[in-house]
Amino acid sequence: MRLRQLLNRIGLWFAVLMIVSPAVMFFVWMLSLSLKYEIDNAAYPPVLIPEQFAWSNYAAVLESNRFGTYFLNSIVVTGSATLLGLAVGVPAGYGMARMKANKSAVVVLIARMTPGLSYLIPLFLLFQWLGVMGTLLPQIIIHLVITVPIIIWIMIGYFETTPVELEEAATIDGADRWQVFRHVALPVARPGITVAFILAVIFSWNNFVFGIVLAGRETRTLPVAVYNMISFEQLSWGPLAAAALLVTLPVLLLTVLAQRQIVAGLTAGAVKGG
Amino acid sequence: MSSLALDKPAPQAATRPARDGWRSGSYWPFVLPALLVVGSVIVFPWAFTLWMSLHEWQVGGGSSFVGAANFMRLFTDLRFHEAIVHTLVFTALAVLLPLVLGLFSAIVFHQNFKGRGFLRGLFVMPMMATPVAIALVWAMMFHPQLGVLNYLLSLVGIPPQLWVFHPATVIPSLVLVETWQWTPLVMLIVLGGLAAIPTEPYESARIDGATAWQTFRHITLPLVMPFIMVAAIIRSIDALKSFDIIYAITQGGPGTASETINLYLYSVAFAYYDIGYGSAIAVVFFLMVIGLACLLLWLKQRTKWTEVGVGA
Repeated sequence: MRLRQLLNRIGLWFAVLMIVSPAVMFFVWMLSLSLKYEIDNAAYPPVLIPEQFAWSNYAAVLESNRFGTYFLNSIVVTGSATLLGLAVGVPAGYGMARMKANKSAVVVLIARMTPGLSYLIPLFLLFQWLGVMGTLLPQIIIHLVITVPIIIWIMIGYFETTPVELEEAATIDGADRWQVFRHVALPVARPGITVAFILAVIFSWNNFVFGIVLAGRETRTLPVAVYNMISFEQLSWGPLAAAALLVTLPVLLLTVLAQRQIVAGLTAGAVKGG
Repeated sequence: MSSLALDKPAPQAATRPARDGWRSGSYWPFVLPALLVVGSVIVFPWAFTLWMSLHEWQVGGGSSFVGAANFMRLFTDLRFHEAIVHTLVFTALAVLLPLVLGLFSAIVFHQNFKGRGFLRGLFVMPMMATPVAIALVWAMMFHPQLGVLNYLLSLVGIPPQLWVFHPATVIPSLVLVETWQWTPLVMLIVLGGLAAIPTEPYESARIDGATAWQTFRHITLPLVMPFIMVAAIIRSIDALKSFDIIYAITQGGPGTASETINLYLYSVAFAYYDIGYGSAIAVVFFLMVIGLACLLLWLKQRTKWTEVGVGA
């Protein structure tokens, strides 16, 4: 019996190892690529830990004055789209949950299904016509397509679970709807807002397709910038991997730090998504 | 802390007399701003795409109504037909593999073991990481001479592959990336389902002396089926729309061997600036996505006798 338990235990750990290792090995290899000189990256058999670390790969990426610009662009686009998304999405989620207007959430669902490119064609023409193509404005606006549905979706789910009794009591005490929302519903919903915020930031930060169409030389976000590195600079792996790692590092850190919230948000959103 | 503010709402109410009407009023003012945003960045593009799909559009010039001509063109466009085939093959594989592996991973993560939360966090990382950044590293790993994948294959005695550089292996290679990236999402959804299963059926199964496989086949699988279906729906939609990974690794190549509808749509609209035709492709593509989603939703309804778990 004990042997059987032990075997089960070993089997479980073997399964866990099999499942987690592709993810871990990939990111370890990514780190390794980013820290090797060209000669080590071209070596056969491949080298995992080089004798000399090529910190210069990172220096090269960080020193190029454009990286700062692109980083700032990413911050501005993701930051603005997320904050605007919260400003309109949180009250909307509240309103829809209280109105029990769950059917209207179908629009949100369809928005999730729609291929990003089909937003891009009309908005691209619109932005050209408005003459705002050289600025970050088009990207901020189109990133609302990502952030607003996520935020509304998560907030509807969250407000549905928060108790109405407290809000009713406040109404009896003479508070109007806005005050009830501001002082009763909103504080209770803070964990939900955190989840919505994190997911909106991650998906906006990661977005690539909107940027390749709408971004000019000065207005690229990081994912677009790192992609452009392949086409315009010589294909040297070390700096490219270093740049790729730097681009995704904020998101990876957020994932590790806020793992619990992310899992909760994705599961809730996904299960409701059916 | 903020509830303190409730004790003295009077001064605030006085500064906002207009909002008094809300007391008995509706929740519409909360929804209105979002409605405006959704209307202008989501609904307007849908309508405009539909309108443009019926027009011939010149960049910088005007547009002329051409009726269904753009849609008729789709019937004779061989590159579009090929793209449909690529999309269907890619989607089928990129749904099935993550479903199977995700179900397996969920069962493993449903067990109790040390460091489960941390390991789950590591497991979820591929899904949250920036797709383009990941794609660049995969592209390096796929490299036939310098890539690490062929080295790993050589360790187990498999001859080197051309991966994304050969028409026959490009789609399976991209599916590998997609599977690596999205298995965690399936895992999370199914894990949520497993957590919602009551323990009673398992206890009676054990008393009846059921084997582990019988327990899985006749209890676990039927009970998590609704969740697997939800995962299948989400995965299908995302796989159909997949863009970043394919574009960043192959740009649809070699030749057009991995060009899916979404990539072809991109080329038509933003490389050839054939906006009208691109819009027509977008409309058809959108209908395909909705159609598939409806089909899977219908399948999910058929499994709803196990609805117990879905309320979670």
